[in-house]
Amino acid sequence: MARTQRRKNSAVEVVKTPTGISGLDNITDGGLPRGRTTLIAGGAGSGKTLFGMEFLIRGVEKYGEPGVAMTFEETAEEIAANLASLGHDVNKLIREKKLFIDYVHVERRQIEETGEYDLEGLFIRLDHAIKSIGAKRVLLDTIEVLFSGLRNESIVRSELRRLFRWLKEHNVTAVITAEAGDNTFLTRHGLEEYVADCVIILDHRVTEQISTRRIRVVKYRGSTHGTNEYPFLLNETGMSVVPITALGLSHKASSERVSSGIPGLDTMLGAKGFFRASSVLVTGTAGTGKSSVAASFVNSACKRGERAMYFAFEESESQILRNMLSLGMPLERWIQRKRLQISAVRPTSMGLENHLAVMCKAIEDYRPSIVVVDPITNLISVGTALSVKAMLTRLIDLLKTHQITALFTNLSISGEEITSTEISSLMDAWLSLKEVEIDGVRQRIMYVLKARGMAHSNRVHRFTISDRGIRIENEVQGQERVG
Amino acid sequence: MPMKNSATKSGAPKRLAADPMRATPKKWCLRLYVAGNTPNSIAAFANLKEICENHLGGRYQIEVVDLLENPTLARGDQIVAIPTLVRKLPYPVKKIIGDLSNRERVLVGLDLKPAASI
Repeated sequence: MARTQRRKNSAVEVVKTPTGISGLDNITDGGLPRGRTTLIAGGAGSGKTLFGMEFLIRGVEKYGEPGVAMTFEETAEEIAANLASLGHDVNKLIREKKLFIDYVHVERRQIEETGEYDLEGLFIRLDHAIKSIGAKRVLLDTIEVLFSGLRNESIVRSELRRLFRWLKEHNVTAVITAEAGDNTFLTRHGLEEYVADCVIILDHRVTEQISTRRIRVVKYRGSTHGTNEYPFLLNETGMSVVPITALGLSHKASSERVSSGIPGLDTMLGAKGFFRASSVLVTGTAGTGKSSVAASFVNSACKRGERAMYFAFEESESQILRNMLSLGMPLERWIQRKRLQISAVRPTSMGLENHLAVMCKAIEDYRPSIVVVDPITNLISVGTALSVKAMLTRLIDLLKTHQITALFTNLSISGEEITSTEISSLMDAWLSLKEVEIDGVRQRIMYVLKARGMAHSNRVHRFTISDRGIRIENEVQGQERVG
Repeated sequence: MPMKNSATKSGAPKRLAADPMRATPKKWCLRLYVAGNTPNSIAAFANLKEICENHLGGRYQIEVVDLLENPTLARGDQIVAIPTLVRKLPYPVKKIIGDLSNRERVLVGLDLKPAASI
């Protein structure tokens, strides 16, 4: 009755049950419909079971709502073993009566059918499970196994219809998983016909050998929801959806300044350096000194006693250490003093989402105050420009939320800054490095293309790289010809 | 095991509930799962009793389990459908679901008749 009242008052008001899965509650505007059934459709290995179990376990851990899992494919032991790798002690939750797992095994070969029957046994088991722990959340994974286990499809169908009504009457928030169907149906057995409140599709695609998991809310009766396909991650911390705009632009802007590590560059940046928690882009053609600028930034942060994280996508750790030592920056001692961590991986070793996951995890664990990604160019080889931008947006949102100052390098090809312009809007400051001919001599030049919120130099400066690091020299004078 | 409702509850002859401790391997142990007195369950019990009388003489025991009274018992024998007949003895365990109205199928399901005969 309460529901109809709400319906009258406002067409969009639906009470939500937060899943606790990070990001998912953002795209569903608060979670799954409370007291209703949500269908999760996906192919084999798309993460349906994990989705359901996380819904239950996070329900217990975050919201104190006990949950029942009725599983048709995996035993309680198998589920406990799978979730142990994600750091969940399922058996403990079962002992504490916060979780109830009932493994239902229906084997067609062992069952003879004769005459009329119903699935009351299933209802009794579910009812008993719900009552024994006072469950608020229910997972049925994967109930369509009944279609292969029992011969009489019309009985199964009418009993499933009754079951979904029964779940609603018992006011539990239920998640039902189902195999993805062909083009005609979302699910193989058309379960979406019975579950009308919320339908979510999980998808696992491999494009050019790189796997990406995606989630999409197909239907959500009475609620607004994000309609995009959102990438999601399954890693050692469980499931997380990374909505492109989830974190948004609500982070606090710091007015504190951080030195770039290059005195002359700080001068160019209003004499103080970058803003704390800002994102800095350093572009330049090959060999213009992008990594050296990045290393100077890291070196000065470590000198101040801050922690830095260096994600290297081009060079190995020892290569970086050797090269920077030759510029008078002994980075190795910062590693020894645990102020610097270098993480060197090949961009092609995994998909963008995995890169993002690994980076987020490393950042959460190490808690650096500055982060370098050198270079982001190589990530473009893993995804499309659009997906790289989406990934960077999410990364930058995370960094800003943690008040981390980030420096990204990007290789530009002979002055063309196409990729740079696509991502530059995400950046607060943009530094361009070039090697040009001035009056017949090849020289390194640097200028600040943009620096949000500060008065910065708009002059082109010469700079040198030597065994004493980077030095900004005098400005290029008006009468000199750059070209 | 307090949950055992012997067949006497539903009016079966007393000799059906002979001492199970003395059951020889030739004794058949059948368990019928029901959920209250539904038409399907009543029909299943009647059909089962008749088949047993005709084919097993006195060598059987029927135990009726009402899951409404003992819901926890559903897990052990993996009961989903109601009614379900479980042949506990002789091994192997066999399951027949439904009101047991198709006598031939029940006989095949209980191994009292070869499958080829239907």
